[in-house]
Amino acid sequence: MTFNATLEIIDNIAQISLSGELDASTALIFQEKIGAAAAQDINTLILMMKELEYLSSAGLRMLIFTKQKMGPGVAIYVVSPQEMVMDTLEKTGFHHSVNVIDEYDAAKIASALS
Amino acid sequence: MERIDIHPTHIHGDFKLRRGKPFPFGATLVPGGVNFSIFSSYATSCILVLFAKHAPQPMAEIPFPEEFRIGNVYCMVVFNLDYENLEYGYRLDGPTNFQEGHWFDNQKILMDPYAKIIGGRDIWGIPPNWDDVYQHRARIAFDDFDWEDDRPLEIPPEDQIIYEMHVRSFTRHPSSGVKEKHEGTFAGIRDKIPYLKELGVNAVELMPIFEFDEFENNRTNPETGEMLLNYWGYSTVGFFAPKAGYAATGRLGMQVDELKALVKELHKNGIEVILDVVFNHTAEGNEYGPTISFRGIDNKTYYMLTPEGYYFNFSGCGNTLNCNNPIVRNMVLDCLRYWAEEYHIDGFRFDLASILGRDPWGFPLANPPLLETLAFDPILAKCKLIAEAWDAGGLYQVGSFPAYGRWAEWNGKYRDAMRKFLKGNGSVGEIAQRLQGSPDLYAWEGREPATSINFITAHDGFTLMDLVSYNWKHNEANGENNNDGSNDNDSWNCGWEGSTEDPGINALRRRQIKNAVAMLMVSQGVPMILMGDEVGRTQYGNNNTYCHDNELNWLDWTLLETNADLFRFFKNCIAFRKAHPVLRNRQHFQNRDYVGSGYADITWHGTQAWNADWSDSSHTLAFMLCGKHAKQGNIVDNYIYVAMNMYWEAHWFEIPGLPEGMKWNVFANTGVTSPEDSWEPGTEPLLENQTGLLLGDRSVVILVGK
Repeated sequence: MTFNATLEIIDNIAQISLSGELDASTALIFQEKIGAAAAQDINTLILMMKELEYLSSAGLRMLIFTKQKMGPGVAIYVVSPQEMVMDTLEKTGFHHSVNVIDEYDAAKIASALS
Repeated sequence: MERIDIHPTHIHGDFKLRRGKPFPFGATLVPGGVNFSIFSSYATSCILVLFAKHAPQPMAEIPFPEEFRIGNVYCMVVFNLDYENLEYGYRLDGPTNFQEGHWFDNQKILMDPYAKIIGGRDIWGIPPNWDDVYQHRARIAFDDFDWEDDRPLEIPPEDQIIYEMHVRSFTRHPSSGVKEKHEGTFAGIRDKIPYLKELGVNAVELMPIFEFDEFENNRTNPETGEMLLNYWGYSTVGFFAPKAGYAATGRLGMQVDELKALVKELHKNGIEVILDVVFNHTAEGNEYGPTISFRGIDNKTYYMLTPEGYYFNFSGCGNTLNCNNPIVRNMVLDCLRYWAEEYHIDGFRFDLASILGRDPWGFPLANPPLLETLAFDPILAKCKLIAEAWDAGGLYQVGSFPAYGRWAEWNGKYRDAMRKFLKGNGSVGEIAQRLQGSPDLYAWEGREPATSINFITAHDGFTLMDLVSYNWKHNEANGENNNDGSNDNDSWNCGWEGSTEDPGINALRRRQIKNAVAMLMVSQGVPMILMGDEVGRTQYGNNNTYCHDNELNWLDWTLLETNADLFRFFKNCIAFRKAHPVLRNRQHFQNRDYVGSGYADITWHGTQAWNADWSDSSHTLAFMLCGKHAKQGNIVDNYIYVAMNMYWEAHWFEIPGLPEGMKWNVFANTGVTSPEDSWEPGTEPLLENQTGLLLGDRSVVILVGK
C-alpha cells in the first residue's frame, strides 16, 4: 500500500497521520513532515498510526530521528499502532521513548501535559 | 555552497563512485552514499559485490579502480544505494599457494570482517539454503539508537555479582512466561529483568552473541537422531555483528536496536552487561572448513599457520586467530571499542584468552602486545577485562596472566579447590587462600582481590545440581561416544548417580548446593553464578551441552517453584553480600589490626576459636572478618563469622568473642531446612548460645555480629 503522511497543526499540537508502509523508500516523505512540524512552536506531536501497516528498520530510524529532532520539550504520542508495528516498537524498546496510547483524546493529552 | 567531496568522480554502469576513505574499515554511511573499505596484504584486486536483500544473485559487481587503493586498503564510496535493502560482499584475487598460506579465490564471495549486521541466519534454526553463493551476508547498520542518558554503569569490580547466561536458553523454555515471539531472544531477557533484579545480581555475562552459525555441526544425537547444533556459539562468523537469531526482530534486520534496547534497560535496572568474546578462532575451522571471510581475504595475516601452511589449533576448534599480528590486533581493538562505544557494553570475558598472548608461531609472549593494548586503551579504560586464563594448547595462566594492572581472571583454581573441599577432599590451607581472593596467586603482583572471578560452576562443566548428583559425565547425547567434556569434575553424587527419590540423598544435595553458594558469596573477589543454579537446573549429567537446543540447556522456569528454597537461599546470600562491604574489599587482607579494633582484619578458627586445624586431614575451617576493617577501614560494617564443616558428622564449633556490647546473630545455617536456613539481611535472629554452636554434617553457618 502506498505510504502517505499528512500534517495538521492546531495550536501547539502537531498531528501526523501515517498510512501504508514506512520504509527506506518512503521515509523521506515522513521526514519532511517532521521537519515542517519541528519548524512550528509545538509542545505535542501526535503520530496517528492506525493505518500504518508496516514499519521497517529505516522507518524506525525515522521515529528515532523524530524524537531527537523534537527534543525533550515535545511530548510524542503514538496512537493506535497496529499489532505488527507495536511489536516492532516493543522489541526494539522504542515504546519506552514515546507515549503509546490506544485512542487519541485531545482533552486527556492536554490534561497530561498540564 | 555544496560540498565537492561528496560528488561522484567515477561511474560503473548505473553506479556513481568516488575514492573512499580507508578509515573506518567496513561499510559506513556517508553523505549521499556508503563508504566501503577493506584491507588485504596480499590481494591483487578487489571487487565489491552488491545484492538486493535475500537475492540469490548479485545485482552488481563493481571492481575497485586501482586508484582507489591506498596502501593495502581498497576504499570506495558508492552513491545512491538503497542501503536498507542492501547486502554486500567482496571478491578478492591474489596468489593461491597452500604452503605460503594464500587461499585467494575470486569465485568466492567474502563477508566483510567489519560487517555490523550479518544476514543469512536471520531466524534461529531455520535451515539455510546451502546452495546460496553467499551464506553470511554483510549489511549496513545505523548508529542512531536513542540512548537518552545511558552510559556503562562502572560498578566497582569488587561489588559485582555476575550471572553467566545463554541468551536463548534463558527464555526459550515454554515455561518462561515471556511472549511466544520473545522466547529465546534479547527481548525475552528484557522481559525477565525483574527476575534478575529479585535475585540481586548486578551483571549478566552473555555467552557469545557475535554472529555465529548454529548449523556448524554435522553430528546427530545417537539417542534421538536429532540434528545437533553449534548451540553455544563459541565460533564467530563476524566479530562486529550481533547474532540475528537471538533477536525477535532478526527477520526484520533490527537486531542492533533490540540488543541496544536490552542493554539500556539492564542499565536502568543497575545491571551491567559483559560479553563473552571469542577471539581465539573463527567459524572457518581447519583446512576443510568453509571460506566465509578471513581465509579468502588475507589467510596468512588472520591465522596462525605452520611452516607447511596448515592451521595451528591452539583453540581446539580447527584454527587460531593470529591475534598478535598488528593488523589482527587492530581488528580486535576496533571490535571491542565498537561494542563499548556503540552498545555501551560494560566488560568483556575473553574465551581461551591465553591464546591472545601467543606470538604468530604459537609461543607464549612475555609481553603480549594485544593484551597490553587492551589494558591501556582509553576507550576501554572503564570496561572490565576478564580472561579465561588458559587455552586448549596447554597454556595455563591462572595467577600469571599478563595483567598490566587491568585484567581479571576466571579463577579455575578457586573452582577446583572449592569443589574438592565440598566433597570432603582438598586442603583447608588452599581453601583459606581462595576465600581471601587468592592472595597467593595475585597479591605478590599487586593485583587486587577482584582480579579473582570466583566460580564453582560455569557453562563448561556440570551445573551445580549435577555437581552434587553425578560422579561421572554423561555426554552420550553429544554424539562423541562420551569422549568430549572434562573428566576432571571433582563432583560427588552424594550416594546415587543421577536423580533419586531417596530423601536423605536429596536433602544432602540441597545442602551441598547451599554450602557452595554460601562459601562463594562470602569469598573476597567477584562471585559468578551460572544461570539456573539458583533453581537447581540439571543437564542430567551432561557436562558439555554445547550442541543441544533443547531442555538440556533451556532454563525450566517451573523449577522456580519446585526449588523455591534454593532460590530463596541464593537471593538471601546475594543480599547478604551486598549488605556487607567487609565481604567486598578492594585490597587484600593484611592479617593484622591496622585500625585499632583489637581484632585483625581476618582471623582463622576451627572447632576451637582462634585455633584452626590446618592439617592435611582437616575438613573444618572458620574465619571471622572484623567489620571495622571493611573497605580497608574506610567503612564500619558488622563482624562476620563463617564456619564450614565438611565432615560427614556434626561438630561443635567454639565461636570467637565479639567486642563488648555486640552479639552474634544467625544469617545462615545450611544444616537447617528452609525457611530457617537463611534470613533477609537485617532480620537475623539472635544466636542462643553466644559461645558456640553445633554444625551439622557438611554444613556452613554464617553469623553476623552487631
